[in-house]
Amino acid sequence: MRLSRRQFFQASSGALAFASLPHVLRRAGIAAEDPIKVGNILDRTGILNIYSLKQIQATAMAVDEINAAGGLLGRPLELVFYDSQSDGQYNSQYVTEALVKDKCVVVHGGITSSSREVMRPIVNRFKGLLFYNSLYEGGVCDRRHVSTGMVPAQQLEPLFDYVVNELGGKRTYILAADYNYGHITSKWMQKFTRDNGGEDLAVEFFPLDVTNFQPAISRIQAAKPDVVMSALVGGAHIAFYRQFEASIGKDNMMLASGSYGVGLEHTQLSPEEGNGIILATSFVDDLDTAEAKDFVSRFHAYTGDTGYVGEYGEYGERGVKVWAEAVRQAGDASSDAVIEALASGNVSVVGAGGQYTVDGQTNHTTMDIHIVRGNMSQTFDVIRSFSQRPPLDTQQVCDLHANPDDKTQYEVEVE
Amino acid sequence: MDQVANYLFQIGFSFSIFILISLGLAVIFGMMRVINLAQGEFLMLGAYFCTLCNHFGINLWLSFILSALAVGVFGIIVERLVIQWLYGRIIDTLLATWGLSLLLVGGVTTIFGPQTESVAAPLGNVQVGAFGFPIYGLVMMAIAVAALAAVYAFWRFTRYGLIVRGTMQNPTISAALGVNRSLVYMLTFAFGSALTGLAGAVLAPIVGAYPTLGIVYIAKAFITVISGGHLPLVGTVSASGLFSTIDGIVATVSSSVIGEMTVLFVAIILLRLLPLGITGRMTRGV
Repeated sequence: MRLSRRQFFQASSGALAFASLPHVLRRAGIAAEDPIKVGNILDRTGILNIYSLKQIQATAMAVDEINAAGGLLGRPLELVFYDSQSDGQYNSQYVTEALVKDKCVVVHGGITSSSREVMRPIVNRFKGLLFYNSLYEGGVCDRRHVSTGMVPAQQLEPLFDYVVNELGGKRTYILAADYNYGHITSKWMQKFTRDNGGEDLAVEFFPLDVTNFQPAISRIQAAKPDVVMSALVGGAHIAFYRQFEASIGKDNMMLASGSYGVGLEHTQLSPEEGNGIILATSFVDDLDTAEAKDFVSRFHAYTGDTGYVGEYGEYGERGVKVWAEAVRQAGDASSDAVIEALASGNVSVVGAGGQYTVDGQTNHTTMDIHIVRGNMSQTFDVIRSFSQRPPLDTQQVCDLHANPDDKTQYEVEVE
Repeated sequence: MDQVANYLFQIGFSFSIFILISLGLAVIFGMMRVINLAQGEFLMLGAYFCTLCNHFGINLWLSFILSALAVGVFGIIVERLVIQWLYGRIIDTLLATWGLSLLLVGGVTTIFGPQTESVAAPLGNVQVGAFGFPIYGLVMMAIAVAALAAVYAFWRFTRYGLIVRGTMQNPTISAALGVNRSLVYMLTFAFGSALTGLAGAVLAPIVGAYPTLGIVYIAKAFITVISGGHLPLVGTVSASGLFSTIDGIVATVSSSVIGEMTVLFVAIILLRLLPLGITGRMTRGV
């Protein structure tokens, strides 16, 4: 083909101008740089923000690391953060905003069970996907909800087996926070006490602002249990551990918990007050594995904060890692494609606490569990580890393969 | 026998909390009629000062006094900057102190972070039959009673107390008699603040210090002072006595929640029957 000089200039300058337009540059990369939007709704402020702060940082760290390694499916991730301020109203407002306005393909977040139950119907209405990265009472059967945290069959069952059978804590006294987590968890605690041949003497509930536990402690002293089981939550309830040590003392009565430690209570109590409290967890900084040490040092380097990270911090990275693996397997970041990939049961990653595998039947996660005990250096001693515990409680009631439209949260029955 | 001791302890412990949290408010709201919505945050500041002192290795009992002084000084600053322009303007005071309360919660969260700061409760426990009671709880009762006695004696028997009471009763006449009204208001506000700071410091070993600590106690303090009626001290003591007896017994027999509910229920009935509070019909006293 022959070009006149005039034709050559016209064509080349036009091409140059066209190719220089930024949106064209972007489109020419086959949508390569269109970011995948990831929502994160947690409490940066509000009365329960102590559970969220490290998780917010760990989520950001995980997203930044994925971007530094080239993104997902050749596209970068864009993290959009919303502060739910420990108020369910903001959870509902922001999850709507994340899905409708900001078009996030996944929302990581919700700390309490009440915040999760506010968001779940909205996520379903707008056909989104919710990663709930928190330990909880179990039983949520919903394909648009993924739990990466512990449920009672994973956490409480080995804890009760250890406390009731090995330490002789036959008579239990249960204290729980007064909302859906505490109520359902206390039922599990009763069930596991009875399953192990023990006796649950009493169950008491406390609103989140109770700080005077003296009357409860006197009832405990009158009932003389072998062990007090706590499912207390939040900054005000920390007062219980302090008052327990000042009036009864762990030398005289065992104290175990399903919720202690995740709010970093052990760093806020004195060594004596935290020493000897027994719990089951899927991650503590003190795990003696290369993955755990690597995570803690990366987190310290990323945030510049060398304090204790704890389980709820680790959940932030865990949620993003599990979701990213599901996206890779799906080859598509859209919510529905990721849900399909999760249903296969093949989504599995190695994280700071070991192997995490999403069970396709329930969208809950199989993980390692450790029994740990508070020590005098305000950290934990790992007493025993259990490899790859499946979310049995939820598996017994939930089958998303058979009933993909199920949205129920099943609750345990205690006779 | 040990059950009796237990009930006495629960009532006494509850009484000491009611007295500690409402004594400062009895001065600021009961006497001065300043609705200070930041009162809970003054309490929180006291608790933080106590943990700070503890951090620097200062003796706990000394930290109580230092915390009271520090919050007293803070009270002077607040009075000079905000409150003194708003005497008699109830709605404006309400808004200004509410704003101050939000500012303090936000400021403390920014500086210290949201986590609970703690001071270990000293002294161990004493065993009575089946029950172990924290000795620190007994100390709290002693501090509450001592603070109460000190405030009463100060108000009732000193010249300064007389001037303050006179000024609160009729500021114009007091000024005509040569009293520096503005100074009296400032010092009285500081005194109320110091009492609240002391309360926060004394509570710190059992509940810790966290930014939203004040919110837990502010409503209880107002209910106690309002139920007490127009004689701030006698009223606060009688209302605290009534509420703590109910709270101590009901919370021990059933649960803390039912205990608090019963207290609120009784307060509602009480204010329905005696709209001016327990001391509403009394004419003498402080």
